[in-house]
Amino acid sequence: MSSRPAWAFAVVGAVALSALPTCRLAAQDSLPTDAVRVGIRYTPGVRPGLVILPGPGLDSVRAIIARDLDYSDRFEVVPVPVTEQGAPRGPRPVNYQLWQGLGASYALEIVPDPAGAIVRLHDVVGATVRDQRKFPVGTPEGAGFRLGVHRVSDEVVRWITGQPGAAASRLLMIEGGRVWMADYDGAAREALTGAGERALSPAWAPDGSRFAFTLLGEGRGPVMIQEVGSGRRTAVAGADADLNITPTFSPDGTKLLWARSNGDGTDLYSVDLARNCCVQRLTVGRYSDNLSPTFAPNGRRLAFVSTRPGLPQVYAMAPDGTGQELLVPFDFGATGPSHAPEWSPDGTAVVFHRELRGVPQLFVYDVAARRVRQLTSAGRNEDPTWAPDGRHIAFVSDRSGRRQIWILDLESGRLRQLQSPGAARLPAWSRRLAP
Amino acid sequence: MNVTRRILIAAAVLITAACGGSQPEQPVPQTQPTTPTVNADSVRRAQEEAERRRREADSLAAAQRDAAARAAAAATAAARAEAERAFANQVHFDYDKSDIRAEDQAILDWKVRLLQANGSMTIRISGHADDRGSDEYNLALGNRRAAAAKRYLVSKGITEDRITTDSFGEERPLDTAGNEAAWAANRRAEFTITAGPATWTIPTP
Repeated sequence: MSSRPAWAFAVVGAVALSALPTCRLAAQDSLPTDAVRVGIRYTPGVRPGLVILPGPGLDSVRAIIARDLDYSDRFEVVPVPVTEQGAPRGPRPVNYQLWQGLGASYALEIVPDPAGAIVRLHDVVGATVRDQRKFPVGTPEGAGFRLGVHRVSDEVVRWITGQPGAAASRLLMIEGGRVWMADYDGAAREALTGAGERALSPAWAPDGSRFAFTLLGEGRGPVMIQEVGSGRRTAVAGADADLNITPTFSPDGTKLLWARSNGDGTDLYSVDLARNCCVQRLTVGRYSDNLSPTFAPNGRRLAFVSTRPGLPQVYAMAPDGTGQELLVPFDFGATGPSHAPEWSPDGTAVVFHRELRGVPQLFVYDVAARRVRQLTSAGRNEDPTWAPDGRHIAFVSDRSGRRQIWILDLESGRLRQLQSPGAARLPAWSRRLAP
Repeated sequence: MNVTRRILIAAAVLITAACGGSQPEQPVPQTQPTTPTVNADSVRRAQEEAERRRREADSLAAAQRDAAARAAAAATAAARAEAERAFANQVHFDYDKSDIRAEDQAILDWKVRLLQANGSMTIRISGHADDRGSDEYNLALGNRRAAAAKRYLVSKGITEDRITTDSFGEERPLDTAGNEAAWAANRRAEFTITAGPATWTIPTP
């Protein structure tokens, strides 16, 4: 279906380019100035101040929550003055005046409780308690402790902003050929696949209980699904011969889509996961490749990469393979190859990387406005993945000298590095993980 | 009389000398068979000599034959090694492309002749990419490159089922320098024999 429109587009594009070279260049030059702002400039803005009140016990809980709220990029976490840190610990009224003077709009009080912790959010300006709840929080040594504390942070963010935070989530990434899992803040790192194996392209199941990945063999390899807890694995039906790459789960978790590479090219397939059967071929490449599928959260559309215009670009289709069309616009002959799309959890945007003068940079496509915006410009930046809050993106960058995972807040432009000992790549951010 | 006495004495001396001399010549009859023995020895020696010469000649001929055989074997081995080297010649690709370059066609054409001359030979083509692009896309790109090389061989008459393809993407660089030359070296298709006859029929280059 695509050959004639693509050809026509090519001709029109070529004519347009040859007729108006200066216009195109001017447009291209002016575009990044406007578009790059988020990635390059960091303006603190007017984030409300928030203080975590000192108190008896639960120090590690306070430390984790303070970091979560800082990493949420929605608040200015106000440091507690030394005089207050040394103040006698025990229940006492909140000194609203003091905290307001230090720039806090909110104060978070965390009180030990036999069942865990009572968390109380004070509106400092209004001098009232805004919200409070009892949370089950285990001991720091216990399993699920950090995730439990992250859930408290996410709830506090929801109290203040109406939207939960993204702290109760984890990332998968590839390091030294293994799939590693870490909390969203880089802590609690754990290898999930064997040291002698070569894994690629980890992808979370929507509920976070398992993940799919490519187990690379000699030039070929299956897509495996592995349970996070037990480590139990199954090979995906239809993905056990040839080279099978870029798996992704449907939002309801019932289907897996992936790209299968063989002598016929690389094409998208789907499989019914409940029955591990009913393999369906979704694209017919005819010497063009189709890979890297990503579902819109409503499950009715998916984006993928296709080389049908010559270079890889981002296309879209229905999950049954119908209605294939270009999704992210590009200038034929001018725009670089585009890779690794991921549809945002709120469905409004698709993030991907595109080569700009040979260097990969992150771009985000606004699905409703049909506009492309550049997010990064320093170093090589690739393989973006959305946080469950839809405003943070984890990606791979060599800006520090070696390939590491970085996290960008699209709203504020704040950037932080996820600490990992080796060179990390192909991050995949989970949805919020339920208890 | 004096003369007669002298003659007699001389005769007596002669006789005694002859008698005295005949005593040690007792073994003469023994030496009589010696002469035929010497003859037999020399015959045997001559025969042995002839035999030795023959053997020498034989072993020389054998050595010459061996040398010739060795030379032939060496030549065959060299030709085989040369053919294997030529077979292993990689083809290279432009950035993000999978088209067979015109200058690489001769490399593939030679593989076609080798495959045609050795009907039982099967091969594998492995595609590789440089480390630009995305890790995942590069696996597809490597696959496309291997498939393009296969298509070329098939277009020259090699049956499809003799060629398998796979891809390593950017996972196995030949050169990790990260510059233009390294990238160019890494964008390649590699060729491996998966099965074939013990002795190759080697086509002329």
